[in-house]
Amino acid sequence: MTAPAQIPPDSRPRLPRGVRLTNSEAHGGWVLLAPERIFKADAIAYEVLRRCTGEATLTEIVDDLARTFNAPRERVASDVTALLAGLAEKRLLEF
Amino acid sequence: MAQAQPLHTPIGLLAELTHRCPLGCPYCSNPLALEPRDDELDAATWARVFKEAAALGVLQVHLSGGEPGARRDLVDIAAHAREAGLYTNLITSGVGIITRTMRDLWEAGLDHVQVSIQDSDAVSADHIAGYRGAFQRKLALAAEAVRLGLPLTVNLVVHRANIERIGAMVDLALKLNAARIEIAHVQYYGWALKNRAALMPERKQVDRAVLEVEALREKHRGRIVIDAVVPDYHARFPKPCVGGWGRRSLNVTPTGRVLPCHAAETIPGIEFWNVRDRSLSEIWTSSPAFNAFRGTDFLPDPCRSCDRREVDFGGCRCQAYALTGDARATDPVCHLSPHHQKVAALAQQTADEPYAYRRMS
Repeated sequence: MTAPAQIPPDSRPRLPRGVRLTNSEAHGGWVLLAPERIFKADAIAYEVLRRCTGEATLTEIVDDLARTFNAPRERVASDVTALLAGLAEKRLLEF
Repeated sequence: MAQAQPLHTPIGLLAELTHRCPLGCPYCSNPLALEPRDDELDAATWARVFKEAAALGVLQVHLSGGEPGARRDLVDIAAHAREAGLYTNLITSGVGIITRTMRDLWEAGLDHVQVSIQDSDAVSADHIAGYRGAFQRKLALAAEAVRLGLPLTVNLVVHRANIERIGAMVDLALKLNAARIEIAHVQYYGWALKNRAALMPERKQVDRAVLEVEALREKHRGRIVIDAVVPDYHARFPKPCVGGWGRRSLNVTPTGRVLPCHAAETIPGIEFWNVRDRSLSEIWTSSPAFNAFRGTDFLPDPCRSCDRREVDFGGCRCQAYALTGDARATDPVCHLSPHHQKVAALAQQTADEPYAYRRMS
């Protein structure tokens, strides 16, 4: 499995148990907590990750983000997919 | 001097709940003098420590030991950590925690479990742990954690006796459906120093192992995360020990002493403060121990003029002291250290001799 994870548009991405998005004042914003790892989540990553609840499909998440931020859908789709595929490869995202 | 250093926000707290442990691992890095059960902090004190840690900025707590399962109030302690908002990680030998307790920990909100496994071969694994049947119990507990939906890390401490089976260990971790495997070469502190020659691999084994880990990481990308802790004595540059002294983490011993790193008590003349007497915040900012080696101003040459000064902070203070007698010296693991030859010579001292097992007296 050396190819980057492909996330199907109709899958419902979610953070697995042991991966949590939390706001830390001391560290100046949102952080993603994972086994022996901490990632700073910038504003965009936060908006994406908070939608990964296992309810919305990837398509719905992209639509929602494109609408909310008035951004071109194609661009949003490629950014979101790249972010989520990177997380899935580190086993920080299930779909 | 100390006050001139910018104060960083810590991210991790290692909570050593007890020094008691059923295993006898020859590479145990706990101190030679273990802290007694009667003096262990109670759950209420740990609850306070966790709250103070969270307020200080700590994000993750690692419940460790010894074997944390030796504490009957482990579930309460884990629940307190979660209530404080901390990401709660259990570091266990897998021996001494029963299935029921694992379920209770899951209910208490435990975020992650790390189980140590000594080898992929059952006989060798039990021999290394000094405990017959340990291997099977570890597998059972790891499987239960996964069944509950907890992310599992398998920890393998690598040394002379198992360095040829790293690939088989990764296969075992995959079979257990671990999300992560930590392949950590022995670090020679505490009890492990006694067994250094018996644990030390050959140079060619180390070189092969490093390449093998790289290949395994590629091969299993996306299926399991492989993290490696480099073999100190065979390295060219030192590790940025604990991410820099007093910079990212704190370590609370079973009786409440707060250390900048696990092995800090091996350095003589340092005053450690206790959570029984002071708040964690006061200890972090003002204790002599945390200010002893903050920053890089104390470092001599070759560090002083080195580009890597802010990368590795001169390496490990405890190792500098253990191998040169001076805790302020450049970690002699660094090939630029005037004492590096000593490390290279120690790395060649290997012996097939029986282990001195660690036993609780």
